[in-house]
Amino acid sequence: MASNATFKKVRLKTEPSAEDLGQLELGDVVYLDGTVYTAREGVYRRVVEEGHGLPIDLPQLSGANFHCSPAAAIEPDGTFNMGAVTATASFRFSKWIGQWLEKSGAKLILGKGGMSSDDYRKHFVPHGAIYLTTVGYGTGALLGRGVKNVRSVHWRQELGLAQAMWVIEVENFGPFIVESDLQGNSLFERENAKIAKGLDKVYEGTRPAVLKRYGETDDRSDEVI
Amino acid sequence: MIPTDVIQATAETLMDKAAIEIPDDYLEGLKGAAAVEDGDLSSFVLQAMLDNYQAAKEDRRAMCGDTGCPRWYVKLANEAAIEGGPVALEAALRRATARATNGVPLRPNRVHPLWRTDHDNNVGINAPEIEVAFEPDGDWIDLITVHKGGLFGTDYRMLFPSDGIEGIKRFYLDSLVAFGKRGLSCQPAIIGIGLGGSKDTCMVLGKRAACLRTVGDRNPDPGIAKLEEEFKELGNSIGMGAMGFVGKSMVIDCHIEVGFCHTGGMQMSVHAFCLSSRRACARIHGDGTVEYRTDPQWFTPYQRRETVEWPATQPSRKFA
Ligand code: SF4
Repeated sequence: MASNATFKKVRLKTEPSAEDLGQLELGDVVYLDGTVYTAREGVYRRVVEEGHGLPIDLPQLSGANFHCSPAAAIEPDGTFNMGAVTATASFRFSKWIGQWLEKSGAKLILGKGGMSSDDYRKHFVPHGAIYLTTVGYGTGALLGRGVKNVRSVHWRQELGLAQAMWVIEVENFGPFIVESDLQGNSLFERENAKIAKGLDKVYEGTRPAVLKRYGETDDRSDEVI
Repeated sequence: MIPTDVIQATAETLMDKAAIEIPDDYLEGLKGAAAVEDGDLSSFVLQAMLDNYQAAKEDRRAMCGDTGCPRWYVKLANEAAIEGGPVALEAALRRATARATNGVPLRPNRVHPLWRTDHDNNVGINAPEIEVAFEPDGDWIDLITVHKGGLFGTDYRMLFPSDGIEGIKRFYLDSLVAFGKRGLSCQPAIIGIGLGGSKDTCMVLGKRAACLRTVGDRNPDPGIAKLEEEFKELGNSIGMGAMGFVGKSMVIDCHIEVGFCHTGGMQMSVHAFCLSSRRACARIHGDGTVEYRTDPQWFTPYQRRETVEWPATQPSRKFA
């Protein structure tokens, strides 16, 4: 098994400078310190489509938006019980991300599976933001250990526990892998291209289904996102 | 008579175990994959997963923040008697699901498909699913909970006899490649394949093949067992590993279940039981004692029977 030592490990603040981000390379392993908030389709829709103001002062408070719903409960006395935290697939939020980066000033988008390099170039690069992917993706317990405190929960009534904005304080929160850089390159797409080369051989001897589907592709270098 | 409160207490313990403790068979399978993985990034991911299972057990916290959709499989032995009857049983499972959601805690994932109403307890219309099957001998009931994750990695297709094994292979590969990129299906996974039945049975069989059989288990039909081995190999030779990085660990095991289908068709479904292959089982005996285990032991000869009568009154053509 390859040793982890081959990867650069970096501790990063949740409000990183452009210089901090410029030093990161695709595939670097990152651990975060500071404040992270969750925001996904519920929050995006409210802010971007319905024009509600941000519930807290971003990016003053945090530049790290996690695509996540925590496994958490609010106790009767108002305290929070947060167990595991795991990302949700980010590509679904593509239509809101440009305006969200504009309004929130986020520099780090944390999530699952990344977005396309088209999205990175169009939306992330102009805002000096990068994408960090969670690992696994099931490393919820490890990430949960990095959560030091739940600071606040916003729009809990309006959006429900899963979609609400959770603001959490983190320390050595990770691991994450650098999926996009300041130029908008994507680690996943780089890997896809390498794998695509061997696919013809794996498919050898198989044949397309007798009954076709509308919209179907036979090009396995395509993605479904 | 099995008391309802024993059912509910057992079910709550199962919810907790499923969310926190990775089953041994999957863990061993993943360790095996980690030992042979030579892709740098993929290896890193597998090691992080192994650390994660450990952290989950040590801290008693859910292994994955997406705790999936809890569901129930219930096996009733023929002489089992439940206090309050089957309605009380369902109520106990719904209660246990709601309580564990706030207790472990789990993520309240279940919402109304249109209105997105969230009861914050994983209970709602048709949720959790409670599927029931029967066994000929005994007075026990088996409770199995599966916390199935993953919006990706599952697909259905109507194939035809003329598609043949090569067509089956292609659809299998398509599912792995399409959802394996970027690791959308959170591989390496236990892949379950349903073949035949009708559209709905085909989905049910494939899901059960993924979730209710343990790593290393083989279908008793030697022809199907051979396909399972072959498909496992094939999946691991795509060149892709965890998170869609270059590597060779996609499939921890492949299980195939079949059902008799319309003579003109060959339904196929593919299901991926992800890196958080969460299942927990218990048998409650007629005297109220409880035994926990991780092997659902779902697919008994009775579940796979093909004869009119039971015990079988005619030999299976396959095995004769
Ligand atoms: S598919 Fe499984 S491992 Fe991945 S996020 Fe969902 S529950 Fe977690």
